[in-house]
Amino acid sequence: MKNLSEASPAASTTGSRQAATDSSVAAWRERALRLGSTPHTRRGVSTRVIVAVVVLLILVVAFIDFIQRPALQLDVAAKYLFAPSVLEGIANTLKLTVLSMVLALVVALLLATMRLSKNPVLRGISGLYVWFFRSIPLLVLLILWFNIAIIYPKIQLGIPFGPAWFTTDTQQIVNGFWAAVLAFGLQQAAYTSEIFRSALLAIPAGQSEAAAALGMTRRRTFFRVLLPQALKIAVPPISNDTINLLKGTSLAAFIAVPDLLYSVQTIYNRTYTIVPLLMVAAFWYALFVTVLSIGQYYLERALRRERRYVPQAQTADLTAVVTGSAGAAEALEPEPIRASREERF
Amino acid sequence: MPIDEIPLISAVNLSKSYGSHQVLSAVSLDVPRGEALCILGPSGSGKSTLLRCLNMLERPDEGAVFLDGALMGYEEHRGKFRELSDTLESRQRSQLGMVFQQFNLFPHMTVLENVIESPRRVLRRPKGQVLAEAHVLLDRVGLSSKAMSFPGQLSGGQQQRVAIARALAMKPKAILFDEPTSALDPEMVTEVLQVIRSLVDDGMTTIIVTHEVGFAREVCDRFVFMEDGRIVEEGASDLLGGAAAHARTREFLAKVL
Ligand SMILES: Nc1ncnc2c1ncn2[C@@H]1O[C@H](COP(=O)(O)OP(=O)(O)OP(=O)(O)O)[C@@H](O)[C@H]1O
Ligand SMILES: [Mg+2]
Repeated sequence: MKNLSEASPAASTTGSRQAATDSSVAAWRERALRLGSTPHTRRGVSTRVIVAVVVLLILVVAFIDFIQRPALQLDVAAKYLFAPSVLEGIANTLKLTVLSMVLALVVALLLATMRLSKNPVLRGISGLYVWFFRSIPLLVLLILWFNIAIIYPKIQLGIPFGPAWFTTDTQQIVNGFWAAVLAFGLQQAAYTSEIFRSALLAIPAGQSEAAAALGMTRRRTFFRVLLPQALKIAVPPISNDTINLLKGTSLAAFIAVPDLLYSVQTIYNRTYTIVPLLMVAAFWYALFVTVLSIGQYYLERALRRERRYVPQAQTADLTAVVTGSAGAAEALEPEPIRASREERF
Repeated sequence: MPIDEIPLISAVNLSKSYGSHQVLSAVSLDVPRGEALCILGPSGSGKSTLLRCLNMLERPDEGAVFLDGALMGYEEHRGKFRELSDTLESRQRSQLGMVFQQFNLFPHMTVLENVIESPRRVLRRPKGQVLAEAHVLLDRVGLSSKAMSFPGQLSGGQQQRVAIARALAMKPKAILFDEPTSALDPEMVTEVLQVIRSLVDDGMTTIIVTHEVGFAREVCDRFVFMEDGRIVEEGASDLLGGAAAHARTREFLAKVL
């Protein structure tokens, strides 16, 4: 009571301290109850609506204006949207992306585990790899792989400096397409391995310790405990890189691999309809990025099953053990324990 | 219990340093089958390190650990110790359960999956049997209704009880507890201690590092007091808090109680 009266400035100015306190407290309480049941409204809802409408209007007008521009020649674009050479370009772009990313993921996982291993030689090799492939521009790598036959004219399978069981010209195997896969995949592996490494480092050390205490080998711990948790962390940045790679594969045009952009360029070099054909390329790239983004959403959801799960109604699980735990601990000889007595260990 | 029986857990001369900092100095300890031993001591005295050396989560620099008479983590080879392979060491470790201060449940697995993972995959036991046992264990720690929940959806006390069930599922010869209730709110401590008490009552060999002195006195058979990487005092645990001859322990208890 004393505290309340001190907190209320009105109380100190009146003569009858006790009465004034009571009435001001009562008044305050009344006001508090009234405010406590006043409906909440968000601040600035109307402003927000106005801003949104204006911005949307501007966008819609700009869009209508854009698609009506004669230079777009949307009819031409529509004609080439499914042209055979465009479709072939799409197929190449998708194959390049998928194969490079698969190669990158496999190599990256290997690199990341090497980097985190206790073996200093493996750690060093992994570090060197990452350093090398991050240092060389992608275009240089691409052209290098394309010309690898200059350095290694033949590929042999056999004992080093001994007999060979199998020999072939390098050029037969590493054509433009595979040169591109190697260049994209191996460089991407360097970046992706850093993503894996940081994801693995983000997992608390207690996880490996608990796994070890349960008798899991290091290998099993990695695949059953660490990797599933690391993947969850790694999926968003890896998706980012996959999208980048999809668009970045157009670099393969430099070594005459007919990807999507290359096919489109071939057409407009002949017809001079540059803008509509770029529209075609943009359409397809945007479509595939959209598909990838949707895929990412579902992949993340699948990996995050512990977040999706809605627990059943809280049942009386604890009551068995804790009922009356405020009192003596001895009082709570729980049912389940007695039931399992004959079970022993 | 005959005095000449081989102790279930025996540490001989364990020493461990981190850099120049000696964390364990020639610690020896025998724990007979069925004993509940409590380790007390100030922070940084090496209690956790001792426990982690017992199951080779941490390799001691010197000394040896025996579980049920068998050397842990090493094999003798021409008069020297040689580290066991990962596979063999893991198999040994699975015989010594451990419960951590931070629970360390696997967050991407349900409660049930946490419990059955190792019996299924490490011990390769049939699924039906493992599942049935898991349900009995979860029932025993009062959590059968949470089998399908994920660790993130449980309270700390519930998580720690799952961790105990998970350790029990491996049918270990003994269980090590490293401050199992230190990360818990006071009202959850009782439910976890209650489960541990039931294990001790059932004759499970346990080593428990704890600051719950009242619990230690009631439930444990014996205590050891550590300081600066040594066991400096030990005795029957009913002496804890009494006017015993353990000067350092008494001093320590006066501070924590
Ligand atoms: N990995 C490590 N590297 C370096 N020093 C360590 C490491 N682990 C423990 N130590 C040191 O070893 C000493 C003993 O640590 P330990 O965790 O065994 O103490 P504790 O008795 O369990 O203490 P607490 O009651 O606080 O848990 C401490 O001084 C700690 O700083
Ligand atoms: Mg500790």
